[in-house]
Amino acid sequence: MYVAVKGGEAAIEAAHAWLAERRRGDESLPALTPEQIEQQLGLAVDRVMAEGSCHDRGLAALAIQQARGDLIEAAFLLRAYRNTLSRFAACEPVDTGAMRVQRRISATYKDLPGGQVLGPTFDYTHRLLDFALAAEGHAPQEAEAAHTTMPRVTELLAREGLMARDAPDDGTPPPDLTREPLPFPTPRALRLQSLARGDEGFLLGLGYSTQRGYGNAHPFVAELRMGEVEVMLAPAELGFAISIGDITVTECQMVNQFAGSAETPPQFTRGYGLAMGHGERRAMAMALVDRALMASELGEEITAPAQNAEFVLLHADNVEATGFVEHLKLPHHVDFQSELEKIRSIRARWEQQA
Amino acid sequence: MMTRPEWMAALARATADEIAAELAAMPPLPAHRTIRGPEIGLTMLRGRAGGDGAAFNLGEATITRCSVTIAGGTLGHCWRLGRDRRAAELAAVLDACLQQPDWHEVLLNAVVTPLHRRQQAAAALTARRAAATEVRFATLATMR
Repeated sequence: MYVAVKGGEAAIEAAHAWLAERRRGDESLPALTPEQIEQQLGLAVDRVMAEGSCHDRGLAALAIQQARGDLIEAAFLLRAYRNTLSRFAACEPVDTGAMRVQRRISATYKDLPGGQVLGPTFDYTHRLLDFALAAEGHAPQEAEAAHTTMPRVTELLAREGLMARDAPDDGTPPPDLTREPLPFPTPRALRLQSLARGDEGFLLGLGYSTQRGYGNAHPFVAELRMGEVEVMLAPAELGFAISIGDITVTECQMVNQFAGSAETPPQFTRGYGLAMGHGERRAMAMALVDRALMASELGEEITAPAQNAEFVLLHADNVEATGFVEHLKLPHHVDFQSELEKIRSIRARWEQQA
Repeated sequence: MMTRPEWMAALARATADEIAAELAAMPPLPAHRTIRGPEIGLTMLRGRAGGDGAAFNLGEATITRCSVTIAGGTLGHCWRLGRDRRAAELAAVLDACLQQPDWHEVLLNAVVTPLHRRQQAAAALTARRAAATEVRFATLATMR
C-alpha cells in the first residue's frame, strides 16, 4: 500500500550536498575528469556501457564519476540518459570476422591461421600489487604486421562437419527486449540481447556453476577475440550503407560437447558471447550461459539454474534487480503497520489458547 | 579516387577539431542551411549469433546526424557514432561540397585524404602492437 506523505525535503537536500562533498573527496587532491576515467579506467567504462546497454565511452565515464565508482549505479544513470533519446535507425550486424584484431587466442588449437595474439592482457601477469605503477611508463612494442586473415576457429570445425552451424540470418529484424516484454520460451536472439546487457557477476556465477556440475558442460574456448569492428548503417535518405564509426568488441566462441540425433551425426555445440568494449570475462560467461540455455533445443534434461531461461533472463539485469532490491529502503511504514497489527492479533489468540 | 561512402566514413571518424584544422588553410566553404539537426539520438548495434548466424540486438549507441543543403540545392549528410554535433555539421557540409565538381578534388586532397591517412596510420600502429604480442611457439621439433 502506498500513501503520499510530505516531508523530508530539507533532509534530502542536506544528504545530496554531503554526497557531492563525498564524491569530490579531499579537496587538496586534484579532481578527476571524465576524460581521465575514460582513458585510465577503461575496463570499468566498458562494463558500464555493456550493462547500461549504451555505447558511449564519454557518458559511461561521466556516469562512473557521478556514481562515485558504483558501476551498477553508473549503468542505471546511462540507461536513464538513453531513455531521453530517440532511436534514429538500427545498424547492420557487425562483422566480427573482419575485426581489426588486438587480441585473439584459441585454447583448442596451438597453431591456427592468423596466430595467437595476446594483446593487452592481464593473463601471465603475476597478480602482485605493483607499487611502482604510478611512476613507470612502458612503451608498447611493435612488430611487422602480417595482415593475414583470421578465420573463425568454429568455422574450421564447421567445414569438417564437426560443429553445428547457427541458424542463418533470414533477413527479418531481430526482436528487441527494450520494445516488447520477454516471451517464454525465449528465442535465441532475445536471450543473447538479454545476456549482453546482463550483470557480469551474475553471468559469471552462472557460467561457473555449469562448469562445477550444475548443467552438463565441458567447455573449451575455441576462440576469444577483441578488437575494432566497423559499424554500418543505411540511412533512408541515402539508400546505401555508410560506415559511421568503429567500436571495440570482445567475442567468445565456446565449444561444448556433442549433440546428435537420428538425422544428424554427433557434432560439437557452441555458445556465443559478445560484449561491448574489452570484456573477456563477460563474453566468456555469456557464452557459457548461452550454451546452457540451449538445453531444451538440444533435448537435454533441464536440471540446473543456468539452463532455466526464466530464472536466468529475469534476474540477469542489474538495473532491474537493484531497483527491486533497493526499493525496500523506501518507506513501507503503512505496509509494516498492517504486518504489526496482524502479528499482534495472532499472538493475542495464541496467548488466549495457551 | 575516393567514393562517397569512403569520404563519409573518413569524416565520420574525425573530430570537429581535426576537420576544422584541415579547413583552416582553405578558402571559406559555401554558405549552407541545415535541414536536419545536428541532432543526437541512438542506434541499435547488432551482432550475429555465433558471429555468422542470425542477427541479434547487442545494445544501443549514441549517434549524431546532420543534413544540410548548399547553394544549388545539393544535399550533404553525416551520420556518426558519438555526440559531436559540430563535427556532424562540418562533415555534412563537406559531403555536400565534395559532390560539387569545383570543390571535389581540392577538398579531397586538402581535407579528406589527410584525415584518412591519419586514421590508417593509427590502425596500422595498433596492428603492429598486436603483432608484437603474437606467440611464437618453440616446440621441441624446432628447438632441436
